Amino acid sequence: MKINRFAQSGNWILDRFPLAQLWNDHMAHYYAPKNFNIWYFFGSLALLVMVNQFATGILLTMNYKPDAKLAFDSVEYIMRDVNWGWLIRYMHSTGASAFFIVVYLHMFRGIMYGSFKQPRELIWIFGMLIFVCLMAEAFMGYLLPWGQMSYWGAQVIISLFSAIPVIGDDLSLWVRGDYVVSDATLNRFFAFHVIAVPLVLVMLVFMHIVALHEVGSNNPDGIDIKKLKDVNGIPLDGIPFHPYYTVKDLFGVGVFLIFFTTVIFYMPEMGGYFLEHANFIPADPMKTPEHIAPVWYFTPFYAILRAIPDKFAGVIGMGGAIVVLFLLPWLDRNPVRSIRYRGGLYKKALLLFVISFVSLGYLGTQPATPTSTLFARIFTAVYFGFFLLMPLYTRWEKTKPVPKRVTHHHSLLEDIEEQLPLIIEEMTELKPDRPEIGDAAFRGSFYSRRAKPGGVRHVATRLANSIKKSLD
Amino acid sequence: MKTFTNTLLLLLCLSFGAHAAEQVELQKANINPNDKASLLRGAKHFVTYCLGCHSAKYMRYLRIALDEHVDEKTVLRDIAPEGASIYDQLKSAMNKHDAEKWFGTQPPDLSLISRSRGPDWLYSYLKSYYVDTSRPFGVNNLVFPDTAMPNPLWQQQGEQHAEIRKTIWGGHTELELVKPGVLSEHEFDRMVNDLVNFLDYVGEPEKVNRESLGKFVLLFLLVFTIIAYLLKKEYWRDIH
Repeated sequence: MKINRFAQSGNWILDRFPLAQLWNDHMAHYYAPKNFNIWYFFGSLALLVMVNQFATGILLTMNYKPDAKLAFDSVEYIMRDVNWGWLIRYMHSTGASAFFIVVYLHMFRGIMYGSFKQPRELIWIFGMLIFVCLMAEAFMGYLLPWGQMSYWGAQVIISLFSAIPVIGDDLSLWVRGDYVVSDATLNRFFAFHVIAVPLVLVMLVFMHIVALHEVGSNNPDGIDIKKLKDVNGIPLDGIPFHPYYTVKDLFGVGVFLIFFTTVIFYMPEMGGYFLEHANFIPADPMKTPEHIAPVWYFTPFYAILRAIPDKFAGVIGMGGAIVVLFLLPWLDRNPVRSIRYRGGLYKKALLLFVISFVSLGYLGTQPATPTSTLFARIFTAVYFGFFLLMPLYTRWEKTKPVPKRVTHHHSLLEDIEEQLPLIIEEMTELKPDRPEIGDAAFRGSFYSRRAKPGGVRHVATRLANSIKKSLD
Repeated sequence: MKTFTNTLLLLLCLSFGAHAAEQVELQKANINPNDKASLLRGAKHFVTYCLGCHSAKYMRYLRIALDEHVDEKTVLRDIAPEGASIYDQLKSAMNKHDAEKWFGTQPPDLSLISRSRGPDWLYSYLKSYYVDTSRPFGVNNLVFPDTAMPNPLWQQQGEQHAEIRKTIWGGHTELELVKPGVLSEHEFDRMVNDLVNFLDYVGEPEKVNRESLGKFVLLFLLVFTIIAYLLKKEYWRDIH
């Protein structure tokens, strides 16, 4: 009887709201390719981090005071006197960096497997808009603790607007609401950080997912799984997102959280990369810190800004570095999506791009010296070369034939499980232990594993060869 | 506005130069937030030698009593200055006006100094004073050249002289104790270490709790991840 009542009230809702249909469309009957690999965890992880940022952010606003006189104190109040405040704040600050880590990996996945290509251009555009929103969100959020780095970072970045000819000075004044970064700036950044940008972000994430579920997910083989369907119209290589990928993502969440909580509990400052040391000094408009560097996730773009001698050109370069990413679906002229079947030219270009991006990120954290500036210029050229020369070199590359069905590759875990014992076997050998003096009877009966130089060399050459081959 | 931004950029460049010039090898402080005795000694030293000029305003005497499991009365008797209440923050008696007049600058609050400077820096800084008659207080510092702070521990440490040693790689300055203080070198090191240990604790009083809680969280997540992996394997059994 009771259960009936319960079911009836459930039906009452279902008659008025398409819950079942929503669930089926996006979970139970949404068919995703069955060959997702490790790179496909980062989309759902980004969603998880976003939820974390919302939950912890809301809790933080309950004790944070967006006032130039009180902001720094209120953060310390949260860290010391609010119950579990330190945990909430570390979850939020670590979450900010984690957000960028998963989003950068998610974007790299898209570039690697051609997820931005026809018909998924709009998903890529939405994703890029999310990335821009995220940068705005992170930049404004970083001002709120009102530490020295918050203050001077904002001061430097906002002053970049003044490099724009004619309207520059007025524009930066308008953004700050004052002649220097001040209480007015803090208040408006707080408003943007806690409500305006998150609203836009949520809407964009919604559209990103709706657009994805309209055309279907790409996969590591870059094959359109909707081309081959069974009699029921279900893609042969597709499996329902729920329960297969929900349960798989649950495992991904576990692994991610292990890393995430290790940082939170044991290294919340991450050696000054997640929480900068100078930001533990309250903002002082009269004292410029020795070395102003943005948080690590902005440093590649900051390095590009510094690499270009002219300030306005630098600002254009920094903005351009993000704009070219938007154009990616139209720059890449090769119809083959996945890196697995693309030519060596593209693979090498992508490798160069990754090296230049990481190096720019490193250089952006360091003080500028003539040598580092020279390197930053070279890497900036490589960064833009990767994108702007794309229409040329993607036409020349010799691609490989793309299979009709998705292929099965061993997962990393399986590979390690199978290969590692063999490799250890190959690199070592059993050698008789040096017998104890006068212990002739036992000569040769004690064995131990020793490294075998020939074997190690062999494995190293094989590794080098396989890396070289994978770039062809 | 343009001139302002230009000055800003100029300052930036200058500050890079200044940063590059700072090249002193720091000595390692032995930080142990679980060493209650060291923290209490450090707290006492802090109140005796630092609180005259520096505050640690995010800290209350009560918190020391609670965190170190010491009786409130003991904290008031052994650590806090006379007349302080257990609920008081660690505030300095020196006023801003006097500070500006005497030292040319206001001594910073030390609540977070170990998080901005790092314990090793603090440890080395407090040990690197040397006699320099050209400075207003007669001392200078190797780690923080031309520091505005006189050596607060000169009685304990004694007097150090700076000597420039020439080597094939260039010169480096070494400090030599010429006039011993009240404490032996070993005792002085321990005193500075206790002080820095206390400052590190003041920087983040929750650190001990954080690190001890972390083990359980990680253990839970490890079990969770293993179960999730087995669940995934079970569900995916029929996918080839």
